Amino acid sequence: MTAPLLQIEGVSKAYPGVQANADISFQIGEGQLHALLGENGAGKSTLVKIIYGLVKPDTGRMVLRSEAFAPASPSEARRAGVAMVFQHFSLFDALDVAENVALGMENPPPLRDLAQRIRTVSEEYGLPLDPNRRVGDLSAGERQRVEIVRCLLQDPKLLIMDEPTSVLTPQEVEILFKTLRKLAQEGTSILYISHKLDEIRALCDEATILRGGRKIATCDPREKTARELAELMVGQVLHPPERDARARGDVVLQVDELSLNSNHPFGTSLKGINLKLHAGEILGIAGVAGNGQDELLLMLSGELRAPKRAVTLKGQPIGHLGPGSRRKLGLVAAPEERLGHAAAPDMSLTENALLSGASRKRLTRNGFIDWRGADRFAREIIARFDVRTPGTQVLARALSGGNLQKFVIGREIEMNPDVIIVNQPTWGVDAAAAATIRQALVALAAQGAGVLVISQDLDELLEIADSFAALNEGRLTRVRSAKGLTVEEIGLMMGGAGDMHVAHEASA
Amino acid sequence: MIRLERRKEPSTFWRVANPFLAVILTMLAGGMMFVALGKDPVTAIRLIFFDPIFSAQFGSYSRPQLLIKSAPLILIAVGLAIGFKANIWNIGAEGQYIMGALFGAGVALAFFPLQGWYIFPLMILAGAFGGFLWAMIPAILKTRFNTNEILVSLLLVYVAERILAAMALGLMRNPDQPGFPGSRDLRRYESAHNAELIAGTGLHWGVVAALVAVIFAYVMMTRHMLGFHVRLAGQAPRAARFAGVAPARLVVICLGIAGALAGLAGMFEVSGPGGQVRIEFAVGYGFTAIIVAFLGRLHPIGIVLAGLLLGLTYIGGELAQMMLGLPSASIQVFQGMLLFFLLALDFQTNYRIRLREEVRR
Repeated sequence: MTAPLLQIEGVSKAYPGVQANADISFQIGEGQLHALLGENGAGKSTLVKIIYGLVKPDTGRMVLRSEAFAPASPSEARRAGVAMVFQHFSLFDALDVAENVALGMENPPPLRDLAQRIRTVSEEYGLPLDPNRRVGDLSAGERQRVEIVRCLLQDPKLLIMDEPTSVLTPQEVEILFKTLRKLAQEGTSILYISHKLDEIRALCDEATILRGGRKIATCDPREKTARELAELMVGQVLHPPERDARARGDVVLQVDELSLNSNHPFGTSLKGINLKLHAGEILGIAGVAGNGQDELLLMLSGELRAPKRAVTLKGQPIGHLGPGSRRKLGLVAAPEERLGHAAAPDMSLTENALLSGASRKRLTRNGFIDWRGADRFAREIIARFDVRTPGTQVLARALSGGNLQKFVIGREIEMNPDVIIVNQPTWGVDAAAAATIRQALVALAAQGAGVLVISQDLDELLEIADSFAALNEGRLTRVRSAKGLTVEEIGLMMGGAGDMHVAHEASA
Repeated sequence: MIRLERRKEPSTFWRVANPFLAVILTMLAGGMMFVALGKDPVTAIRLIFFDPIFSAQFGSYSRPQLLIKSAPLILIAVGLAIGFKANIWNIGAEGQYIMGALFGAGVALAFFPLQGWYIFPLMILAGAFGGFLWAMIPAILKTRFNTNEILVSLLLVYVAERILAAMALGLMRNPDQPGFPGSRDLRRYESAHNAELIAGTGLHWGVVAALVAVIFAYVMMTRHMLGFHVRLAGQAPRAARFAGVAPARLVVICLGIAGALAGLAGMFEVSGPGGQVRIEFAVGYGFTAIIVAFLGRLHPIGIVLAGLLLGLTYIGGELAQMMLGLPSASIQVFQGMLLFFLLALDFQTNYRIRLREEVRR
């Protein structure tokens, strides 16, 4: 390796009550694909913000191509050749691709020249984009291309990518990786942030692992197993969920040929959904975000009402019932959005425990609340799912995303349901907590509950699911056994191009 | 550069301190207004806030007035606060108050001149029912047709005022005095009179009802699932739906409670301090109660304190009108300022103002 592109030396940053970065040093070589690994709260975001000029470090320095580098703002960082693709896109739906790209550039050329350049650059890197299309009409993968192309047009020396694959299908991931490898070959360095270990092992030359704001190791990820990397990241030995072969019980939840309009103007309507969930079964439902996952959860939880007989729970029609009644009958749910939907942000954990636990945990008597019981319930959840909080009186919004996720999933699991529906159960949760949550779901199924997991994390689904289906534009593919399913097959199911989907259409 | 930063948790200190601060700021700004009107601000403020209670000269008259003016404010505000907590904005309590008074007085006038212990309880029921009924109009329009309850309830106030005028001049007019608008004086009709329970204190059944309502609301909001659902629906509507709260049911309950309590307030007023159905019967308690509810932090105990304070401004305002010749509108300006300052100050409950030093996310 020649002289490094970027050297980071002893960078520290403290926020009140937390040392986000402590004395971090590492270097990124020219043309290197460098991974930055760490759990939520390990300090990845802070470090990246320092490099991109969004945050000023308390101490430490950076050297970019042998020159001191201390950007005071993102535009200064961009001028020095650092570009970043954020996890959440900053695009305007109503504008077209070229206009969006122009908005993010320091000195945009005239739009017509820009459109031409977008076309050239995007094709050169295998990310075809039509500069005249409106961003509102693009898929998540295409939107990400806009962001990437916007960075590439500025000819960056260092491209930072923050969790870029969370919105992509496996096929799209493959395309992205090709692009990144090509860029690296041409000499662009890439700092790739992720917690998906297999991806990093497939893509990166070097990985720096952070934990609790400190650098733990820099290593070659291809020489480590995913398990070893995870343990470095978490600092403890991980146990993948244990599974016994178990007998499938009767059908506990059944949906018959259900079509339902979304309650949201930009939502996805459900079209001809059929599914059967058995006692003791974990059914995984994959799909790229926005293909009807939210609607499916709302329909099953009772927030969206369906025709009475379209949904049955243990043989009883429940389509017309609301969430409260369904809960009493044994069906619980945990929606994806934890703050504002699964939990009330400005209420305490005790109150949030009561929110859905009132009936199944018998926390009311004649409508009067047993606050002590609710508090005890909250404490049980906190203890069993290792929710890090000073107490039960803390407001939900004061908890970190991962901790709140543990709390809301834990709350539903603790209710001993017959059927549990979860959407993105481990989204944004650290590896140790994710393992706890998955183990708890597996244990629940082992006790005879039917578990339906909607997730965009394929590894998660493959790890715990017995059977598998995918959502695509509001349609559900036929359910099939998860055994022997390859990532390619899943990708096709998710993309709606799989044979199963065709078969489904033929039968519908 | 000045920046606003959202607090991690709302500041408890400011939540409690702001109402007091708002009162002080209102006194200052009100004082300036009095200066502009050419009056001595210190005397005016003293007349409004202190003399009604402490002055030897006026105290004996105005002290009982405090309960009389505060009771309807508290009764109405307690009901409004429950709705406000759920983000259901009943702005038309004044109309519900009028309808309660008309229903209550209607029962009394129908029985006149019969005497009987059952008349007054019937009037109470009728009063609550009248307010409830009037509140059901915005409630049902909202749940059926998704209309805006703010507009509908507010506009119904003016409808209620027309009905009041029509009643005072027509159906309910005192047949013994056909030359005058207004009904019989219920204070002279023993079975219907909401008399003072202890002479010279201003304590009448409306005050008792207000106290009961405060306790009822407190228990409901802190110990009952219904109160929990009300708060949940107000703070996080989607979480409320997830919990299983039916929004339409909540709209009906909240507007119904507020309407019934406002109706009660109207009925106790018309059968006691007000005395008769008159065109100018409604003096804005229903609107002032909105200020009371907010100043009291939508909390039953806070509402008692705020109700007493606003009741005081009514009495003090009259006193200042009499002694200094202040225009009657000035006291409404005063009350409005109170709400204005409170809402402005409340900003810092959730946000912190800082002078910019470093870039943070």
